[in-house]
Amino acid sequence: MNQAEKEQYLREYSLLKNEGKPFFPYAVAKDSMMAVIVMIVIMVLSLLFGAELGPKVNPTTTTYVPRPDWYFFFLFEVLRVMKNVPKFTPFATLGVPTLCMIMLFLLPLYDRNPERLITRRPIALAAGLATIACIAFLTYSGASTGSPNQVTLPPPSGLSASQRATFTAGEVVVGESGCLGCHVIGDNGNNGPGPPLTHVGEILRPGAIASTLRNPTAPMPSFKGLATQSPKKFENLVQFLSMLQ
Amino acid sequence: MPLPKLLGRAKPADPDHVGEPQLAPIEAAAEAGLTVVDWIDERTALSPGVRWLMFRKVPKGINWAYTLGSATLFAFLNQAVTGVFLAMYYRPDVAGGAYESIRNINDNVFLGQFVHGMHKWGASVMIILIFMHMGRVFFFGAYKYPRELTWIIGVVLLILTMAMGFTGYLLPFDQRSYWATIVGVNINNTGPFIGPYLGDFLRAGPEFGATTLSRFYAIHMLLIPGIMAALIGFHLYLVTKLGISAPPWVKAHEPEAVTEYVEV
Repeated sequence: MNQAEKEQYLREYSLLKNEGKPFFPYAVAKDSMMAVIVMIVIMVLSLLFGAELGPKVNPTTTTYVPRPDWYFFFLFEVLRVMKNVPKFTPFATLGVPTLCMIMLFLLPLYDRNPERLITRRPIALAAGLATIACIAFLTYSGASTGSPNQVTLPPPSGLSASQRATFTAGEVVVGESGCLGCHVIGDNGNNGPGPPLTHVGEILRPGAIASTLRNPTAPMPSFKGLATQSPKKFENLVQFLSMLQ
Repeated sequence: MPLPKLLGRAKPADPDHVGEPQLAPIEAAAEAGLTVVDWIDERTALSPGVRWLMFRKVPKGINWAYTLGSATLFAFLNQAVTGVFLAMYYRPDVAGGAYESIRNINDNVFLGQFVHGMHKWGASVMIILIFMHMGRVFFFGAYKYPRELTWIIGVVLLILTMAMGFTGYLLPFDQRSYWATIVGVNINNTGPFIGPYLGDFLRAGPEFGATTLSRFYAIHMLLIPGIMAALIGFHLYLVTKLGISAPPWVKAHEPEAVTEYVEV
C-alpha cells in the first residue's frame, strides 16, 4: 500500500467507525454471550469425556505406540509419510512446519495488496482454502492411520489355507515383537538400523532365520525367550519371514 | 454521673446541607461506592483509560465472527483458572508422584476430574477458536495496514498455544504422554543448528531424566503463560488503539459536506 492508499483507508475507516456503536455495551454483550457458550461447551466436553489417565509410564517398553494430541496429527502425518525417506525426514519434521510458520508470520509484509474483500483476492482465497484442505486431510489421515507395529501385507499368492493362516499369525507376532522398530517389511516399519526384511525369505532358509533369531548380531535382541516360552509363536514368526519372497 | 459535655451535645447542623433529606441506606451505599471510585481515580487517573477502552466505537457491520478473538481469550482464562486448581494438587515428581497425584485429582479430589477435564478439553477448544479467529482475520483481510503487527503477535500467540499443548501433554506422566514427548523432543533434536541444543534444553540433559518433568512443568505453567499474558495485553492494546477492522464489504456513507456543491 502506498501513502495515498493508506490515507484513503484510514479516512474510510474513521467514517465507518463514526457510524458504529460503542464497544460497551453492544460488543461486550455479544462477547459475553460467546464466552458463556465457550464455557458450556468446555464443561459439557469435560462431563462427557472426562480426563482419563492411561497406564503408568514404563520407559522400558519397546512396543508402545505414541500418539500426539489431535491438533498435532497433521505434523505427525507429515512425519509418518516421510519416515521412509530418511534423507528428507528433517525436512519434513522441521523444514515444512518452520517454512509454514515463517510464511504465516510474515504474511502482512509480503501481501501488500490493498484489496480486503476475499472474492477480489483470488490468490489469497486459493492459498487459504488449500491450507485448510491440507491440514484437514493430514489431520484426518493422521487420526485414521493404523499402528506402526502392524504389518499389513497381503499373503503371497499360491499359498494353501493353512499356510495363509500361518502367514497371518506370523504378522501378529512380528507386530508384538517390535521388529518394525528397526526393520522394514513392505510398506511397514522403519528402514534401519536393521536390514530390510521384505525379501528375507529369498536370502535365508527357515533354519537360518530361526538361528539368527536365537543368536542375533547386537543390537538386535535375542528371541530365544520366545522360542522356549511359546514355540508355536516362534514357529509362526519363522514361517512368516521365510514366506517373504 | 452526668455525661461528658461532648457526648451529650447535639451535632451542629452542616451549613451546606441544611434542610436536605436523609439518604436511604441503598443510596448511601451507592454514594459510598462512588466515593471509593473517586478516591482511586484521584490517585491513578484511570478513568480516561477505561473510557478509552469501553466507550470507543466499533465500526458498523460487526457480526458474530468478531467474537472469536474474545472467545479465545476466554478459553485462555479458563486454562489459567483450572490450571491454578490443578497445580494445587499436582506434584512434578518422576520417581512416583506425578502419575499418582493426577490419579488422586481424578479419583479423590472434589470435582477433580471435572476440573482436569475442563483443562484438557479447554486446550482443544482454545486451539479450535484460535484457528477460527485466524481464519476470520485472514479471509476478512484484517491483517492489512495498519494492523500488521497485531497479526504478527497473533501468530506468536498461536505458536505459544501449540507449545502449551506440547508441554502440557507430558504432565499426567502416563505411557501416552511419556512416549509422545520422547518422539516430540527427538523431532526437535533433528533440527538444523539449534536442534540439538533445543532438545537438550527441553530434556534438561542428553537423556530424559529426573528433572525433565519439572522443567516441562515450569515451562508449561510459568514461562509460556507469562509470555502469553504479556503478548495478549499488547495484542489487545493494538486492537483498541487501531480499532476493530470493519467487514470488507461494508461501505461508509460519504458525509454531506464532501458532496456539497460549491459555487465558484
